[in-house]
Amino acid sequence: MITRMSHVSIYVLNQDSAFDFYVNKLGFKVHTDAAMGEGMRWLTVTPPEQPELEITLMSITEGMMFTKESAATMKELVKKGTFGFGVFECKDIFATYEELKAKGIEFTKEPKKEFYGVEALFKDDSGNWFSLGQKQ
Amino acid sequence: MYILSTANYPKVNLYRRIVKAKLFIDNNYSKNIDLDNIADEASFSKFHFIRQFKKIYEKTPHKYLTVVRIEKAMQLLRTNIPVSEVCYEVGFESLGSFSGLFKRITGFAPSAYLLRQQHIKAQILKTPLNFIPGCFAEKKRLEEKKQY
Repeated sequence: MITRMSHVSIYVLNQDSAFDFYVNKLGFKVHTDAAMGEGMRWLTVTPPEQPELEITLMSITEGMMFTKESAATMKELVKKGTFGFGVFECKDIFATYEELKAKGIEFTKEPKKEFYGVEALFKDDSGNWFSLGQKQ
Repeated sequence: MYILSTANYPKVNLYRRIVKAKLFIDNNYSKNIDLDNIADEASFSKFHFIRQFKKIYEKTPHKYLTVVRIEKAMQLLRTNIPVSEVCYEVGFESLGSFSGLFKRITGFAPSAYLLRQQHIKAQILKTPLNFIPGCFAEKKRLEEKKQY
């Protein structure tokens, strides 16, 4: 029986810039930042109030996960904003929106009341998009 | 530096002023700031400001400032900076009050936290594959074998 999810991956174009985005802008905590040799860096962060879920900020490079061609294709797709990797929750969406906007984060949808709650959409520094929600 | 939103929703100005004060704390935690500075930043009376801040962030501005300072201290300790240096770097004036608050919030004395982080770092350097999930570690081992 599966009991929990421990890791989830987000593919990013640049791990240094992703570190700045997720840690310094979104306020996530660094869980593991380890050099694995040959340019591989294992970088995981956790949402501030969810320390048990590690989000792996995975670089798209030829090697373990991708061939040269598939890495190039994946980078293009990420840049284009093809992937929506998840939904983040916050306690006060208007305060969170104002703060992230002030930090220069690009929103593709301002907070709007929907039948399921208030929702906004924003992009990370690579082009991945996320929903930001506040439960009703 | 900051870009104000163009969104329009109820109490938009109140939100902007409180967020501005929160960002003021985030950016000035290392200085000798007090509640008056922070309330001034948000253009509120002190009492009204504390109430509104707590409503949004579930902490008083003072408690929030303390948490920011301790979290920054944890970050600096992870980079091997000595405890006494970290204490002043994050805005405390006395090592005693820094150590006491650090222990109350994290459960560790700053020096014990520093040692623990140094130990984890050494372990990562020694056995990096133990720190990543099994499937990736296995793949990495196979990749390494391929090169020989």
